[in-house]
Amino acid sequence: MTDTSTSDRPLLAARGISKSFAGVEVLRDVDLDLRRGEIHALLGENGAGKSTFAKIVAGVHRPTRGTLTLNGMPVEVTSPIVAQSLGITLIHQEPISFPDLSVAENLVLGRADGGWLARVPWAEMTRDARRLMDLLGVRIDVTRPMRGLSIADQQMVEIARALASDSRLIIMDEPTAPLTPKEVETLFAIARRLRDEGRTIIFISHRLEEVRALCDRVTIFRDGNKIATEDIGTLTDADIIRLMIGRPLREYMHKQGTTIGDVALEVENLTLPGVFSDISLTVRKGEMVGLGGLVGAGRTDVARAIFGVAPAASGTIKVNGKPVTIASPDAAIALGLAFVPEDRAVAGIFRTLPVEQNITAAVPGKIAPGGFIRGAVEKALASDSVNKLRIRLASLRQPIGELSGGNQQKAILARWLLTDPTVLILDEPTRGIDIGVKAEFYDMIGELAASGRAILLISSELPELLALCDRVLVMSEGRLTANLSRAEATQESIMHAAVPGAASRQGVAA
Amino acid sequence: MSAIENPVVVSAREAAPPRPLWQVIVIRPETMTLVLLILALFGASLLSPYFLDFGYILRSFTLSAEFAMVALVLTMVIIAGEIDLSPAANMALSACLFAFAQQAGIPMPIAIGIGLVAGLVMGAINAIMVIRLQIPSIIVTIGTLTLYRGIAQVIAGDKSIRVPEWFIGVNNVLMAGIPVPVIIFLVMSIVLGLVLGTTIFGRQIYQIGTNEVAARHAGIRSQRIKMGLFLLMGLVSAAAGILTASRLGSVRYDLGLGGELQMVLMAMLGGTYIFGGRGTILGTFLAAWLLVIVSTGMTVANVLPAVQLVVLGVLLVVSIIATNAIYSRTQR
Repeated sequence: MTDTSTSDRPLLAARGISKSFAGVEVLRDVDLDLRRGEIHALLGENGAGKSTFAKIVAGVHRPTRGTLTLNGMPVEVTSPIVAQSLGITLIHQEPISFPDLSVAENLVLGRADGGWLARVPWAEMTRDARRLMDLLGVRIDVTRPMRGLSIADQQMVEIARALASDSRLIIMDEPTAPLTPKEVETLFAIARRLRDEGRTIIFISHRLEEVRALCDRVTIFRDGNKIATEDIGTLTDADIIRLMIGRPLREYMHKQGTTIGDVALEVENLTLPGVFSDISLTVRKGEMVGLGGLVGAGRTDVARAIFGVAPAASGTIKVNGKPVTIASPDAAIALGLAFVPEDRAVAGIFRTLPVEQNITAAVPGKIAPGGFIRGAVEKALASDSVNKLRIRLASLRQPIGELSGGNQQKAILARWLLTDPTVLILDEPTRGIDIGVKAEFYDMIGELAASGRAILLISSELPELLALCDRVLVMSEGRLTANLSRAEATQESIMHAAVPGAASRQGVAA
Repeated sequence: MSAIENPVVVSAREAAPPRPLWQVIVIRPETMTLVLLILALFGASLLSPYFLDFGYILRSFTLSAEFAMVALVLTMVIIAGEIDLSPAANMALSACLFAFAQQAGIPMPIAIGIGLVAGLVMGAINAIMVIRLQIPSIIVTIGTLTLYRGIAQVIAGDKSIRVPEWFIGVNNVLMAGIPVPVIIFLVMSIVLGLVLGTTIFGRQIYQIGTNEVAARHAGIRSQRIKMGLFLLMGLVSAAAGILTASRLGSVRYDLGLGGELQMVLMAMLGGTYIFGGRGTILGTFLAAWLLVIVSTGMTVANVLPAVQLVVLGVLLVVSIIATNAIYSRTQR
């Protein structure tokens, strides 16, 4: 490293940063320079090491080897508090706060001056908080409690906290995932302003279009190694994906023309007051129907109602043409329905139980004819699924919590394939999954439709809906607002129907 | 079989390597209980040569056999993610109703039936409040623990209700040299162990206790299973109450007073995880023997009752900490 002038010297220089967890090396000899006043994207699959690197910079983890140099001075970032004092702040995706304390109180957390009996300077605190909010240009009442603030506003409070301690380096770890498009715009505007003030931002995201819109340079990680650092303009999307997955991008985004058969699932006027109303839709055998919309539009609630987790108050459901009553998931399963829920950890996996028990959970009759479990039958069924879906694991008896997110999700899909469902409802099936595994998922879902199953795919990723689905339904504020054929469906037409107020408000029969 | 065990070669970051087999076997709470049991036996036999006499241990066990039986079912309840603190009070009320009925001239089999039905009803009351009204089971059963004991006191006053001479002393009846209550405990251990370990019902108890929301999504009828467990708890408690009546020869409202703590202690010492999802019948089985030997040993060694209580309390706390430590180690 040649030390020239102050302005050329990087804000932060990392040299040979390595990190092992329990003997497993997750980060290997990473060298990285962060310039002053740049927005620097870290890209990579889950587990590639980008978050680990960010957490080392933020003092959450200590590196096993390697050094960090801040402003030319070697630093030891031993804890987030040390990081804060060095001017480094990590913005959490879903900020951790004290919900019953006011926004202003949350802003000054960890910065108490004076002894433990010192008077709390309420007035100054509130004034400072207001000033910071004005600086950011956001309208949040600083005297209200944190509880009830949207995630976007909570992130703003975290950013304000970073400004309060005059952070020079702000790390945002997947900040946009829980945000609406409008909130993302606001966040980007603020990020750009912070950059123009000379601050440096590390931006971690899975969404290429966001990285392209916001960032100046990009560093790509793969398997714990830094692969490349480039100006964003010099790389195409295909380049980036190739660098991330280490192989040319396979053309996964296509849907085979499959024969579409009889109606498998028919829903009429399904209503749950206050949540969704007058939902009517059909899904045919071999057809893949997408359900788009913003988070909170009621898509998951409709799926939960169809599957009997939280049944609707009125409306009819027909499976294979027959009217049915589905009061609980076991009734739905008996009718040939399957549901891969959105929140894997809460509604999907049994974290501490073996993978095989997770896979066979929905088919007790198959592994235990007569009530007694036959170990050999269970093992055969589970290992068959593992091979078919290429689930990567060390042992079938391993707790499923030890697998990566993508492999957990595959195991949940395997659970439902064992029930041989007629109708498969997938709720954000690729959320939090590596790009490589995503491609496998798309293939599998495509094959499932080709084998004559009816598939209802709930997704917030527009490219996913556009590439995979024969039809796209859109929900907004609890109502269906569009039923788009493959030809009609575009990013614009879906977003138009998804954003409240943009589309006509009458219900659409699908 | 190795092809099935290792279907795909893993890279380091996809999945952590499995633990060596010896660790899987040794680092289990049941192993801890077994080691403690052997140590306790060794220590007790130094205190008194009686402990080398198997018959003596069996006779000592009859004093706790009723609690031990209920502790087996309680283990299943805790694995399912619930708890029941009312069984000792249930034992007292069932036994009071039974004793009252037979004293009023109702034939013995019907009187026993009344006791058992009463136990079932008490279990059902717990179940309804926990499952239908969605009140946490610890609150519900602290409430019914007081309620059932209180009703027993209202019915019996502070009198002892006698049972006929011929009904007294089931603990002194031997089959193949083993007291009948101990045989009942052994049989229950085997049956419930098989149910929990080899049936779908047992498997689903673990799944409910690990993640009830996921269990419901997988079509597991968690409410029905929990209902069954609370009913079984009520039935077994009533049976234990009637067996206790036979052992004591009379029934008072304070029968089995404080027994719920011994039952919880047995389950905890046996490695049942207080937050559900983990535990075995074998663990509780071993812990029951451990507890009997420790408390009998202390009595033989003339340890003051108050100090005995301290020792039991320490055991409970230590077992919970140890179980937690073992599980967090294997959880990762």
